Amino acid sequence: MSGFARHRRSGRIIATFSGFEADLLRSLASQLVELLRNEAAVPQEHADPLEAMLTFDGPTTAPDDPVLARLFPTAYADDEEAAAEFRRFTEGTLRDGKAGGAATVIDTLEEAGLPPQLDEQKLVIDVELDEPTALVWLKSFTDLRLALGTRLDVEQDDEAFWQALPDEDPRSQAHDIYEWIGALQETLVDALH
Amino acid sequence: MATTSPVEVEPDLTPDEITLTAKPWVTLVWNDPVNLMSYVTYVFRSYFGYDQKKAEKLMLEVHQDGRSAVSSGTREEMERDVQAMHEYGLWATLEKQ
Repeated sequence: MSGFARHRRSGRIIATFSGFEADLLRSLASQLVELLRNEAAVPQEHADPLEAMLTFDGPTTAPDDPVLARLFPTAYADDEEAAAEFRRFTEGTLRDGKAGGAATVIDTLEEAGLPPQLDEQKLVIDVELDEPTALVWLKSFTDLRLALGTRLDVEQDDEAFWQALPDEDPRSQAHDIYEWIGALQETLVDALH
Repeated sequence: MATTSPVEVEPDLTPDEITLTAKPWVTLVWNDPVNLMSYVTYVFRSYFGYDQKKAEKLMLEVHQDGRSAVSSGTREEMERDVQAMHEYGLWATLEKQ
């Protein structure tokens, strides 16, 4: 993996992926979109059903899914009411932003030549990002890492645990992907610097 | 209509001590095991406009102390900062100083 670099002449951020890598990124990004869009935000409880239909409120309680709870943290630690208000006004926007970011990653990969079905094994995908799009990718990598890390229960300084896992453990493979996205992100931060 | 009365300004007060904009709220960023140190530093630089040195210092505080106050201001300003941190995937909260 060579990762991202800034093209000296054009100033754009470039990276080359194998078809397999591009397909993997697309698959993870689309799972994220699905999670953000399908696991509906819990709407506020309304006493009046008519009022419920006429107000386009956001949720007021933290999502049940641990990944979503990590993507949309509670903003006030000791003030439930203020936390609910904050969530009501921000979670919808944050969800749309993160889903939109993941969709941008997918679009970029497909525009760069990733076919709907990956058949050809030797396919190479050259990605070229302008600065705003690179920032969208950077944030989306974070969301993917947070999702994978939360599912895997990643903890501080737990490298030894992952290294000791047998290769056939499915968590081992998922952790490799988590690390791979981290390494990619590191090169993207460098390129943006 | 208003009138003024001849009062004297406290002579010991320096301009630095006179603050019209109170900054009683802070944005806290909490340590998490996922986000890369380089990324967190990048976020502090690009969102808050801090220089590399300050951004790194705050990042290390988050990493070593478990949390760091990364900005201060009015409640509305801090809500904006917290929302932005959540956009970047950092775990942030706000509280009264």
